[in-house]
Amino acid sequence: MATLSFRNVKKTYAGNVAVIHGIDADVKDGEFIVIVGPSGCGKSTLMRMVAGLETVTSGEILIDNKVVNQLEPAERDIAMVFQNYALYPHMSVFDNMAYGLKIRKFPKDDIRKRVDAAAKILELEKLLDRRPRQLSGGQRQRVAMGRAIVREPKVFLFDEPLSNLDAKLRVAMRLEIMKLHRRLGTTSLYVTHDQVEAMTLAHRMIVMNQGVPEQIGTPMEVFEKPASTFVAGFIGSPPMNLITVATTAEGSVQTQDGITLQIPADQIPDAVRGRPVILGIRPEHIHLNSQGIPAEVEMIETLGSEQLLHARCGQSPIVVRCPTSLLAATPFKPGDSIQLGSDGRHALHWFDVQTGRRI
Amino acid sequence: MVERRPWLDILAHIILLCGVALVAFPLYVTFVASTQTAQEVAAAPMSLLPGPHFVENYMRALTNAGVGSMLYVSLIMALAISLGKIAISLLSAFAVVYFRFPGRMFFFWMIFVTLMLPVEVRIAPTYKVVADLGLLNSYAGLTLPLIASATATFLFRQFFLTVPDDLVEAARIDGASPLRFFRDVLLPLSRTSIAALFVIQFIYGWNQYLWPLLITTQEDMYPVVIGIKRMISGGDSVTEWNITMATALLAMIPPVLVVILMQKWFVKGLVDTEK
Repeated sequence: MATLSFRNVKKTYAGNVAVIHGIDADVKDGEFIVIVGPSGCGKSTLMRMVAGLETVTSGEILIDNKVVNQLEPAERDIAMVFQNYALYPHMSVFDNMAYGLKIRKFPKDDIRKRVDAAAKILELEKLLDRRPRQLSGGQRQRVAMGRAIVREPKVFLFDEPLSNLDAKLRVAMRLEIMKLHRRLGTTSLYVTHDQVEAMTLAHRMIVMNQGVPEQIGTPMEVFEKPASTFVAGFIGSPPMNLITVATTAEGSVQTQDGITLQIPADQIPDAVRGRPVILGIRPEHIHLNSQGIPAEVEMIETLGSEQLLHARCGQSPIVVRCPTSLLAATPFKPGDSIQLGSDGRHALHWFDVQTGRRI
Repeated sequence: MVERRPWLDILAHIILLCGVALVAFPLYVTFVASTQTAQEVAAAPMSLLPGPHFVENYMRALTNAGVGSMLYVSLIMALAISLGKIAISLLSAFAVVYFRFPGRMFFFWMIFVTLMLPVEVRIAPTYKVVADLGLLNSYAGLTLPLIASATATFLFRQFFLTVPDDLVEAARIDGASPLRFFRDVLLPLSRTSIAALFVIQFIYGWNQYLWPLLITTQEDMYPVVIGIKRMISGGDSVTEWNITMATALLAMIPPVLVVILMQKWFVKGLVDTEK
């Protein structure tokens, strides 16, 4: 059990290539933190710095209020689950899980007890004598987690642990990780590029972009109040519609093609009046409304319980999420004209045109 | 071959049989000669049927001619060279791949460049060094100069490079020291490569001729390959071909055994790696 803190952590590679531009964050004891971002945003580097596999260029990383910058990975009391599992191919499942304990000179019966307990939690009891080669992807993943569990470390690090599994197994393993965390309550740091994993697993998430944490918050905070256009576009599927508009002081909103959006003046905060801004609306907050603005259907994606209507309002593409039942009565074809309206004040997000930050 | 024609099969078999005969016939003659008396071997044409002196000739070779002790010298030499090469190459490849030290690539290329300098090329200076160190007529002198091996280092380096970085990192997090990682992870993974290399180097060491010829002057330090040469005397004395042939066959046994016993691993080591 431990806390984990970042104090202005930066990482620069040789040749002055900065990959992480300064992160401050505090992870509470027992918290499950997910670092999410597109590839190359520095999320894995950040995790590897916590693990001690990369050096910290400047700033401090603290585990349990102790600076660990100079400590070897083994001395940090962390355990890591790798994307490719990194199981020792020539060792049995038992030996893979026991190796860290053997090196730390745990007594034999204690090792046995711990491995058996972990195997029971992960349902690996029958596989303890097998080699990694003889296991399926999901089983290997569980062994990799078992190796982390037996150590009872202060912090768990997960480096995209599910990305090598097929879609169905990924969902199952996600639930297992959740259950595991509820059971063990160990402080965890989890890196992924998959926003669904991030949303479902995280107590709080860190959305990273180009080495900068764009937003740190609970999944619902991030989803409902994205701090920037990047977060708005990254979290949520399909992503939030972002339209560049100009507002007048009186509260009329026009797109760049001169289409006036009929938004009641009381839904437009004063801060965004009289200047160009980016308006964000999630696809689920747009509905068909015969009084609304005109748009043209370009394409329809059927997902089963719902359909995604790709429409175009002037030059701006707009995605609308509709329940299938609604469209069953009046099926649309590409080229049809529709009218769209939004859900009201809470559905509208305003962002600065230059910085992309939320207003 | 997609087509199946009987005469093609027959032709292929005839060619293969010719090949086998070509390789096996000298061996057969050697065997036959080793079972006859010296006079019978010298007779022309020599009989191609085995004679009755098998046991007698081999006993004579092993005892009177001192082949037993020569085989022992050869065995020690071949084992020391192959095991020494493997040990040193493993360690140097480990250093070159897993440690960042100044001049790492320089040293690697230095090792690599020695590929261009086989024993024969550097034999005179090497002899001088060994002689100055007083290592003539010793096992150290026989083996040490042949132990350093760029080939093996290079082979292990290439193998280590294919071992995923994740494994190193997992071992670091598990708390394994570099040597512990080497012993517990890298060595077991290299098993098949080591076996393949052992076979190759054992035969290399066993067949050494020029170097032992230079640095051994005492009979009890002659490896068997030299022994065979010395039995074929020029000039006045008569060569006892039957004994020489028996010695040649005896000298063949250890390498053949090594190949046969390690064949499975040898092929595996050259073909695939267990990862």
